[in-house]
Amino acid sequence: MSHKTLEELHKDAQKVFNELKQNADSLKPKDRIKIPAQEMPAQDPVERATNLEEVALGYTPIQAMVEAMRCIQCKNKPCITGCPVQIDIPRFIDEVAKGDFQAAINVIKENSLLPAICGRVCPQETQCQEVCTLGKSLKDVDKAVAIGRLERFVADWEREQGKIVPPKVKPDTGKKVAIVGSGPAGLVVAADVRREGHAVTIFEAFHKMGGVMVYGIPEFRLPNSIVDTEISTLKAMGVEFKTNFVVGRTRKLTDLMKKDGFDAVFVGTGAGLPMFMGIEGENLVGVFSANEYLTRANLMRAFDREQSDTPIYKSKRVAVLGGGNVAMDSARMAKRLGAEEVFVVYRRTEKEMPARVEEVAHAKEEGIVFHFLNNAKRIIGNEKGRVNAMECLKYELGEPDASGRRRPVVIEGSEFILDVDTVIVAIGNNSNPLIAQTTPEIETNKWGNIVVDDTQKTKADRVFAGGDIVLGAATVILAMGEGRRAAESINKLLAG
Amino acid sequence: MSKIVLKKQLSNDVYLMKLACPLIAEERKAGQFVILQLNNEYGERIPLTIADANEQEGTITIIFQVVGKTTTDLAHMNEGDEITTVVGPLGNPTHIENFGTVVCVGGGIGVAPMHPIAKAFKEAGNHVITIIGARTKDLIILEDEMKEIADELIVCTDDGSYGRKALVTEPLKEICERDPQPNRVIAIGPPIMMKFCSETTRPYKVYTEVSLNTIMVDVTGMCGGCRVNVGDEVKFVCVDGPEFDGHKVDFDNMMARLNSYKDIEQEKHECNLDKQAKAKQSS
Repeated sequence: MSHKTLEELHKDAQKVFNELKQNADSLKPKDRIKIPAQEMPAQDPVERATNLEEVALGYTPIQAMVEAMRCIQCKNKPCITGCPVQIDIPRFIDEVAKGDFQAAINVIKENSLLPAICGRVCPQETQCQEVCTLGKSLKDVDKAVAIGRLERFVADWEREQGKIVPPKVKPDTGKKVAIVGSGPAGLVVAADVRREGHAVTIFEAFHKMGGVMVYGIPEFRLPNSIVDTEISTLKAMGVEFKTNFVVGRTRKLTDLMKKDGFDAVFVGTGAGLPMFMGIEGENLVGVFSANEYLTRANLMRAFDREQSDTPIYKSKRVAVLGGGNVAMDSARMAKRLGAEEVFVVYRRTEKEMPARVEEVAHAKEEGIVFHFLNNAKRIIGNEKGRVNAMECLKYELGEPDASGRRRPVVIEGSEFILDVDTVIVAIGNNSNPLIAQTTPEIETNKWGNIVVDDTQKTKADRVFAGGDIVLGAATVILAMGEGRRAAESINKLLAG
Repeated sequence: MSKIVLKKQLSNDVYLMKLACPLIAEERKAGQFVILQLNNEYGERIPLTIADANEQEGTITIIFQVVGKTTTDLAHMNEGDEITTVVGPLGNPTHIENFGTVVCVGGGIGVAPMHPIAKAFKEAGNHVITIIGARTKDLIILEDEMKEIADELIVCTDDGSYGRKALVTEPLKEICERDPQPNRVIAIGPPIMMKFCSETTRPYKVYTEVSLNTIMVDVTGMCGGCRVNVGDEVKFVCVDGPEFDGHKVDFDNMMARLNSYKDIEQEKHECNLDKQAKAKQSS
């Protein structure tokens, strides 16, 4: 794949734009279909594999307008139904096409509170863009209108203009709401509940706000400054933040209500508890959960080996187990930390990988090697208990399983050795056990996820929950959707 | 932010500090620990056991030995200084009940976390035998405090400079041979000491609890850095522990994991020394 620079892409877009603008108002769907899909400008792959800067650079205004003109404004608007928070996508895109970016961001904000974040991390190709009429007519989901990139563009435009106006807050009601966890679900609940005039305090176990958006998702995919902007907006609305506070330990959840006078609690503590394979050698030195590896590199800033007190393992050859976004993040981070070779070992094929298409493409450009239809059998250590190699097995695809994906079946006798010194396990998370352990009133299912009704209420009085702690490991946008529903229920409860 | 309200040097490289942490002081129970971080940008997170707490004052006591970057920096801080991050109380409290006779074995700095546990066992009505040990006389801490609680106190040093010249496992073995046997042993100290305490009691089938201090990052169960093999299971020290059945803990794996970053830290330490030397030369 040839790498075009931002300037080149911009020039190409300008040319298309000049041709289109004469008859912009009379463009027919057949004209729009012909407009070339706008590529996302990105840092040079060789250069970026050594830095932490954001990989995707964002559309230029001209690129955004050209991309928006591709939308045929179809009647049935399948993209809206494809969006977990039902943003009026055609309407915002129409505003972008007209060049009214302020109007566009206003439309998005009717439904989504974190567009700069969702524009970057949403799996659009399995949501809004999967069902896009344009993509369908071109028989390629990659040719759908780049809704996510446009969302990101207008959100960034608003921030860069310094135009973010904090939402209006109603007069104080005297009611207090506690939010446990400052990830996407918690932030959304905070905004929605605060708007109604209730006092809101967010409790965070770490020393920095943002949950998975700061400890998990790396800077090169979601810069911390973007998350910080959202936090400052909440601060401006009067939301209070308490870091270094582990609800369940520093204070029992029920004591927040009994002793500290909170009228309701929202639990958004996230996934936590990394899953391991349960294979031989998994506790050897040099085997990490993706959570640990990424937390060290991101939140604890071990990427900066000079300055950070938190060490990170020195690796030459790294195997990452798994095929999701977290696996891509870990592999690309390992590369940036100086690993010579990084392998992603996934037991299905590329088609079944849950990672965002863009992340997989970026990983490949950066030289990450993919071993599809392979899986780890055991990890082999040296005499010091450190990882020396990994024995793998080859798989083939069999009959579809319950999820509809073809089940990988092991090929007997296909063992082979992968020479690695580090293994990062990125196969998902179980739910965080802390709240359940210390709050017997809350009911959890056999996976430890908190059980809620369709208003996000738990079995405990005045306690709501949402995000990964309810869903299992999911996405930022689904967590936001749950947060919005929980906030609505909390607002209803407190209004009564 | 937590203010250092008291600082005392207990021995050459062992310090005691009282920190203003009212919520932690109110909630903590024997056996729990805190996470401490001195700099929110580049600092590391280290677990330290809570040695004592005073709910009225709103303070907790930590006792630490200078072993790495953070403990070195902490030792340089003074009364009145603020520590940016103190999180807790973490981990599950020690299971306290009246077992009958309990032997509390504290090695080196491990005597500090043992103190509140021994106290709680005593208050629950147990006959408490305490063995405290260290490399040499200067490193024996909290002897007087332990004397107050214990029904029997045995002090040993490796070099014989104070008390009995022995490893803590020697008196432990003798106690296990007594009739009746002790009902429970709890050992806290360096991993190698806990390993050998567990090996000492194994033939006598005396249940032996050990308190593990592994590498931790988030301490809420999220990172899995603290995982240890306990019997056939993998346990997370931060949410399942810190105390486990010593007869089931895979100490060798745990010790290897504790040394994961030794080479990097060593390199960095030398690198810093180089820098200091160069700075000196150029000044």
